[in-house]
Amino acid sequence: MLDLTPDEWTAVALSLRIALVSTVVALPFGIAIAYVLARKKFWGKALLDAVVHLPLVLPPVVTGYLLLVTFGRKAPVGAFLADTFGIVLSFRWTGAALACGVMAFPLMVRAIRLSIEAIDRRLEDAASTLGAGPLWKFATVTLPLTLPGIIAGMMLAFARALGEFGATITFVSNIPGETQTISAAIYTLTQVPGGDAAALDLVIVSIAISLGALMASEWFARRAAKRLHGE
Amino acid sequence: MLTVTVEKRLGDFALDAAFTSESGVTALFGASGTGKTSLIAMIAGLMKPDRGRIALDGETLFDSDARIDVPAHKRRIGCVFQEGRLFPHLSVKHNLDYGRWMNGHAADAQAFAHVVELLDIGHLLARRPGKLSGGERQRVAVGRALLARPRLLLLDEPLASLDAARKQEILPYLERLRDDAGIPMIYVSHDAHEVRRIATRVVMLEAGKVAAVGPPTVMPRAGGTSSNA
Repeated sequence: MLDLTPDEWTAVALSLRIALVSTVVALPFGIAIAYVLARKKFWGKALLDAVVHLPLVLPPVVTGYLLLVTFGRKAPVGAFLADTFGIVLSFRWTGAALACGVMAFPLMVRAIRLSIEAIDRRLEDAASTLGAGPLWKFATVTLPLTLPGIIAGMMLAFARALGEFGATITFVSNIPGETQTISAAIYTLTQVPGGDAAALDLVIVSIAISLGALMASEWFARRAAKRLHGE
Repeated sequence: MLTVTVEKRLGDFALDAAFTSESGVTALFGASGTGKTSLIAMIAGLMKPDRGRIALDGETLFDSDARIDVPAHKRRIGCVFQEGRLFPHLSVKHNLDYGRWMNGHAADAQAFAHVVELLDIGHLLARRPGKLSGGERQRVAVGRALLARPRLLLLDEPLASLDAARKQEILPYLERLRDDAGIPMIYVSHDAHEVRRIATRVVMLEAGKVAAVGPPTVMPRAGGTSSNA
């Protein structure tokens, strides 16, 4: 049976919270960027596309470093956020959520963008002739038809956030109860002689969460497809 | 009354057409690739002419000189497309209600019942568009356009995707619509038989230009499909 210490349960809860918050907060930005990349033509689009995909190809430690020098307590953006809004990211779980969100962002944008590109735009034209202005057209036609991509994107982002290690540990370190996720806790345990047995329990929990997320997203995706294709 | 004078380059094809349409059904008739569908898209506001002017009931919808281009959603021009274009994620009932919601009209049970009865689609209301036959889909598409209360109804080859039997099944509905609704209509088709049955006036297009205008008798006789010309 699972025999987790309170610290390890905290790591599990923290992992779930970080993954959930990073996915939900990233979603509106993900939809907006995916829409712009799928539909708009503008100068610098290739650059935006490259920047969005950068966390996918950069070593995670490099992304973590860049976050540190941007959002750290004394870094320009970090200091501004702390002084103006009282938002401190460095060495906090919120910073871990930011790191996970950034790392998962390219996967989320890709899934949503593919879904938007697959939409029959003539349906949007039909909505226009029925009196739907741009915002209503987006809300009542484009967004519902993007739903399968949104579900897939959220699932990928959630899974990526659960597994994030390099950028998180670089940016917010590995503080039990604040920034120590399942991955970081497993890593810590494996650094201690004989800790690999304790790590196994966390590994099992991690597999269970990932499987659960996968099955849940499959179920949602099937439901969405049914709704779209008329059952 | 609708007045159209437009020019548009489409690849190596130039559309340069002018016509007017009043009450009743004006058919845009011509072979495929003569620019009929592009004309419809420009009237609906879905395609921008290079030059010209489009006006409906005294209101300018497009004028390249005056830089007027009313967006499609403010033109109140209904469209029935060849492929129906029903929203796949909404039930037939919600498809029919869509135009009313978008225009902020109050529910009008009488108008709804009337259109549903006119097109005989009452038994389809709970279904999704994916479960409709081609003919049912086109009838719902006509109903959806009507219930948005348009000033003008554009029908772009509404029967072209249907087989002959289905066409015969739908034509009576379109005739009822013409005689009942009182909304001026523009009916695009390459089928002389259809046009003879539906249209009160014909604008013949050839290679992007208006070749002839007049009653349905201006159309060339084709293989005995018409009894009197």
